[in-house]
Amino acid sequence: MPSATYARRTVTVNDEGFFEEPDQWTEEMAPEIARTAGIDELSEQHWRIIKFMRAEYAEKGTGPTVRVLGKTSGVSIKELYELFPKGPAKTAAKIAGIPKPRGCI
Amino acid sequence: MADTIEKVSIIVSKGSLEGIYPALIMANGARAEGIEANLFFTFFGLDAVHKARHEHIKVATVGNPGLHLATLAGVVPGMSSVMTHYLEHKMEKLDIPSIPEFIEMIADTGAGLYGCKASCDLFGLAKDDLIDQVKDIITVGEFYEMAAGGEIIFT
Repeated sequence: MPSATYARRTVTVNDEGFFEEPDQWTEEMAPEIARTAGIDELSEQHWRIIKFMRAEYAEKGTGPTVRVLGKTSGVSIKELYELFPKGPAKTAAKIAGIPKPRGCI
Repeated sequence: MADTIEKVSIIVSKGSLEGIYPALIMANGARAEGIEANLFFTFFGLDAVHKARHEHIKVATVGNPGLHLATLAGVVPGMSSVMTHYLEHKMEKLDIPSIPEFIEMIADTGAGLYGCKASCDLFGLAKDDLIDQVKDIITVGEFYEMAAGGEIIFT
């Protein structure tokens, strides 16, 4: 199993860099993960989505897809893609330390 | 890391519900993965972005063995509407958006929507006949220029 080091702590990740154990994640790790995902600085809106991803995962055991994010996070699809150009649900899940959301739509 | 796909250009050539949805799902899914996506609507696929028609896309009940419907039943007037209604109901339960909503969402993801010039000429359509999300009516040559370096998917 591959590992990565964020905020001086080693965590287990899968081949795509998603956390295998979301409990290993801490908020201090987010900016570093974001940089590896091409986002230099996390804004308030980024954090809003990251926290939303964590909450959804804690509640449902899976992260939301982009459509669900657009409908329930209070941030529009357009803005989501401005915040996370490389795929909002995927990138936000990676930064939030949860598995990649599964879902076709 | 295995090879990645950076860009897809998806051609939508059919005007039936089952002809349009797969292309929309692939385009939306590409954007969700961070892949650049463009949709090129040609021939009857133009109905998906036709202002007067995009809300009235139907399932083909004739010549569609996948429906497992007797061929003669498929031609009964209203059968296509009934089957479409049934499918739309099932899709709604799964939170699959309607075609107009889906296309608007895909445009919001930053995917490009384009109409095919030859088909628009053939059907007498101008840009005003197509929904606002359509960026332009382009030639096949312009499509290839746009698709260069990526994958092309024909549906």
